[in-house]
Amino acid sequence: MSFFKVDNIGIRFGGVVAVDGVSFEVNRGEVFTIIGPNGAGKTTIFNLVGLIYPATSGKIVFENREINAMAPHQVADLGIARTFQNIELFEHATVLQNLLIGRHRHRATAVWQELLFTPAVRRAELAAREAVEKVIDFLDLAKYRDNLVAGLPYGVRKVVELGRALATEPRLLLLDEPSSGLNPEETDDMAFWIEDIKKHLGVTVLMVEHDMNLVSRVSDRVLALNLGKVIAEGTPAEVQSHPAVIEAYLGKAA
Amino acid sequence: MRFIFKTDYAQDLRLARHGGHVFWYGLLMILLLAAPWWASEYVMSQLHFICIYSIVGFGLMMLTGFTGQVSLGHAAFLAVGAYTEALLQAQGLPFVVSISCAALFAGALGIIVGLPALRLKGIYLAIATLAFNVIVEEIIARWHSLTKGSEGMQVPPVNVMGYQLETDTQFYYLALLMTVLACLACVNLLRSPTGRAFVAIRDSEISASCMGVNLAKYKTMSFAFSAALTGIGGALYAHKIAFISPEQFTVFQSIELITIVILGGIGFLHGAVLGAAFIIVLPQLISIAKGWLPEGLAPSGLQAVVFGLILILFIIFEPLGLYGRWLKIRTYFELFPFYRRGMFKRQKSYMKSERVR
Amino acid sequence: MLKSAREEILVDLLQLLVAGVSLGCVYALVALGFVLIYKATETVNFAQGDLMMLGAFFALTAASPVMLNWPYWAAILFAIVCMAAVGMLTERVVLRPVLGQPAFTVVMITIGVGFVLRGLVTMVPGWGTDTHQIPTPFAADVWPVGGVVLPVQQLMVIGLTVALCMLLYLFFRFAKLGVAMQATSQNQLAAYYMGIPVRRVNMMIWGISAAVAAFAGLLLAPVTFVHSNMGYIGLKAFPAAVVGGFGSVPGAIVGGLIIGVVEALAGFYLPEGFKDVAAYVVVLVVLLVWPSGIFGETAKKKV
Repeated sequence: MSFFKVDNIGIRFGGVVAVDGVSFEVNRGEVFTIIGPNGAGKTTIFNLVGLIYPATSGKIVFENREINAMAPHQVADLGIARTFQNIELFEHATVLQNLLIGRHRHRATAVWQELLFTPAVRRAELAAREAVEKVIDFLDLAKYRDNLVAGLPYGVRKVVELGRALATEPRLLLLDEPSSGLNPEETDDMAFWIEDIKKHLGVTVLMVEHDMNLVSRVSDRVLALNLGKVIAEGTPAEVQSHPAVIEAYLGKAA
Repeated sequence: MRFIFKTDYAQDLRLARHGGHVFWYGLLMILLLAAPWWASEYVMSQLHFICIYSIVGFGLMMLTGFTGQVSLGHAAFLAVGAYTEALLQAQGLPFVVSISCAALFAGALGIIVGLPALRLKGIYLAIATLAFNVIVEEIIARWHSLTKGSEGMQVPPVNVMGYQLETDTQFYYLALLMTVLACLACVNLLRSPTGRAFVAIRDSEISASCMGVNLAKYKTMSFAFSAALTGIGGALYAHKIAFISPEQFTVFQSIELITIVILGGIGFLHGAVLGAAFIIVLPQLISIAKGWLPEGLAPSGLQAVVFGLILILFIIFEPLGLYGRWLKIRTYFELFPFYRRGMFKRQKSYMKSERVR
Repeated sequence: MLKSAREEILVDLLQLLVAGVSLGCVYALVALGFVLIYKATETVNFAQGDLMMLGAFFALTAASPVMLNWPYWAAILFAIVCMAAVGMLTERVVLRPVLGQPAFTVVMITIGVGFVLRGLVTMVPGWGTDTHQIPTPFAADVWPVGGVVLPVQQLMVIGLTVALCMLLYLFFRFAKLGVAMQATSQNQLAAYYMGIPVRRVNMMIWGISAAVAAFAGLLLAPVTFVHSNMGYIGLKAFPAAVVGGFGSVPGAIVGGLIIGVVEALAGFYLPEGFKDVAAYVVVLVVLLVWPSGIFGETAKKKV
C-alpha cells in the first residue's frame, strides 16, 4: 500500500491549464520536494492536495483512501497538515492559541461539556497544552508564547506556521516554500527542523521549495515541474543535473 | 507593575488570573448583589436593562466579535425570544420551561439563518441578516392570531414554579443570575476548543479548515449559540417592558445591538457589558442635554445625531471601544512611567480588495 | 365602453409595470450611487438613502414657495451641487480617517453618518419632522395611451433616469476617472504607486454618488413626499444591488428595476403586507441561489 499517491492530477482555471497530468508517489518517512520555476504549478498542486481547489481530473490517494471529494477539514482529520506560502496565521490570537488550534483534530469533548467546563474539558485542555508545549520546545518558540501574532517578525511567523502544522501531529506534512523570506541563519534552522521532523517525529514531508541548497540538504527525492507538467524525478543530484531541468531554469544553450 | 509567576498550565486556565481579578470582580459582585439596598428605583430599572442588553451583547459578541460573522438582524432573535416567552408564560408554563423554549426556538432560528450564511461573507451576510429581520418582523405583525399583530401583546410577570415574581428586586436577581450564567457560558466556550475554532474562523477561514475546523458546523453553532443567548435576553426583555409589539424589533433595534458591541469593544466580552451600560445611560444624558439646545432647534433629532456622532467618533478614534480605552488606561498605570502611545497603535494599512478574500 | 376581462388585466398589468419601473428607477439610482462608492472604495454606504433624503430637502428649500421659491430646474441644480459638496465633505471628514480599516467598521461609520443626517434634518427649523411637498411641474398630468392611463410623472422619472445613466456612462467611459476608480478599488497601495491621487478620486466619487442620490430624491419626492424618514427606502437599494450583482453599475440599474417591478406586482396580486417584504424575500432568494447576482463577479483568494 502506498503512503501517498497523486495520480494524473490536473486542474484548469478557465482556459489556463495550471496542472496537467502530474503523477508521483511519496513513500512513508521520506522528504519529497517539488521544484520548478515560478508558475510551474507547485503551489497549485499543494492547493489541490489540500483540497482548496477541486481537481478537474485525476485523483489523490492517501493510505489507500481517495481524498479528492473530501472537505479540507476532513483531510486534516486524516493526518495531513500544511503550511501556507503567504502565511495564514490567526493574527489576533497569541502564538499559543494558534498552536492550540492545531490540536483541534484531537479534541474529545462535546459543546455542552465545554459550556460547563467539566473536569473532562479541563483534563483535555491540560493535555492539549502539554502537547503544544512540546512543539514550542522543539521550535524554540518559548519567548513568543504569549505574543499576538500580529506583532511578530516574518521569520518568527513562519516558524509559528510550522508549529501550528506540527501541533496537529500529522502523518504527512505539506510545507509550502518553508524558506522563502528567511535569512541564511533562519534557513539553516529550518533545515535542521525538517531533518528532525523526519528522523525524530517520523513525519513524512512533502515540500515545495526554491532554495536548492535546502533542497539538496534535506530531500530524499525531488520532482521537477514546469508549466504544469513533470519534467524529472529522482534524487536531488539526479534532478539537478537533468537537462530538462537545467533548460527550464536557465534556458537552452544557444 | 504586576508580575505573574506561572508554575503550572492549570494557572493559565483559571478564570481569575491573579489576586487583583478576584478582588475587583468580587467587589463588583457584592455591589451588584447589594444593589436593591443602595440603588434608587430608577437606577434599579436601568440595571435591569443593562443585564438584559448584556446578555444580548454577549450573544452578538460571540458571533460578530469572536467568529467574525456580521449580523444586522439580531432583533429578529430578540423578537422570537420575547414572543415565545410571552406566549408560553401566558399559558401558565413555568419559567424554566418557557425560557428554555425561548432559547431553543431562537437557537433553531439561528441555525436556519446560519445555514445559508455559510456561503455568504461580509456585506452579503449583513444584507441577508437584515432582510431576515425585516421578514420576521413582518411575519410577527401579520400573524395576528398568534401574536396579536401590531396591536401588541401583554406579558405577564415571571412565573417561577408557580410563584409570581412581582417585585423589581426579584426580577433583578433573576436577570442578574441569567447574566452571570451567560457570561460564564461564553467564557467557558472561549477557553475550550470550540471557542478557539470560532476565533480561527474569524481570522482565517482557509487555514481554520485546514487545521480541521469544520466551517459549516462551527459557523452554524456560533449562530445558534448567539441566537439562543439573544432569545434569552428577549424573554427577559418581554417581562421587563410587559408589553411587546413588532415595532420594537426593527432593523434599527438590530443596529442598536451592533452598536453595543462596537462601542463596548469588539473582541472583548467585557465590551458587551460596557456597551450595554453605555447605550442605556446615553439617552438619559441626551435628555439632559436637550435642555441646553438653543431656541428654534427641535430637540427630537438630538438623540439620533448624538448616537451617530458617538458611533463615528468611536470608530475613528477608539476602534477598540470602551474596553480598549480602559485597557490603555490600565496599562498606562500598570507600566507607569514606561507606557508608550505606540503600544496599541494599529499598523497603517492600505485597503486591499476584500472581494478576493 | 366596457372592456373585456383580458383587456382589463392587460391594462392593469401595463400600468403596474410602468409604476414598478418608475419606482424601480428610483431604487436603481440609489443603488447606482451606492455601487459607485463600492466600486471605488469597497465601502458599503448605508447612508445612501439618507443622502437622498437630504438632497430632497435641499431641493425643497429651493423650490418651496414659502422658502426660496426658485424655478424647478434651479432647485434641481441647487440640490445636486449642494449634495456633491456634502458627499465630498463626508468623505473627507469621516471616511478618510478610516481608510484601510476592515469593511465592517466602515459600514458602521456610514450607519452613523445616516443617523446624524436624519437627526440634523429634524433639528433644522422649517424642515423638522413634518412632511413637505415639492411643487413639481407635471405632478398631476396623465397621458392616455390606448386604453391605459399613464401618469406623466412616472414617465418623466423613467426618462430622466435614462438620461442620467447615459451621462454617467459617457463620463466614465471617456474620462480617466473610471479607470482610476477601478485601480483604487482593487489595490490602493498600487494605485498610489501609479500616481493616482487616491484620496482625491475617492472624494470625487463620493461627490458624484451623493449628487446621484440627490437626483433620486427629487424623483422620489412626488411619490413619498419629503420627510426625514424618506431614506428608509434606501435600504431597498441593497437588494437591488445584490440582485444586479454587487459592484456592477448596469447591475444596480437592472436590479433596481427588478425590485421595483416585483414590488408593484406584489402589491397588487399578493395579500397585504407582502409588498413591504417583497424586496427582502427576493434578496434572500438571490443570495441563497445566486449570490453573485446577474452581472456580478466572484474571485478566489490566492493562497
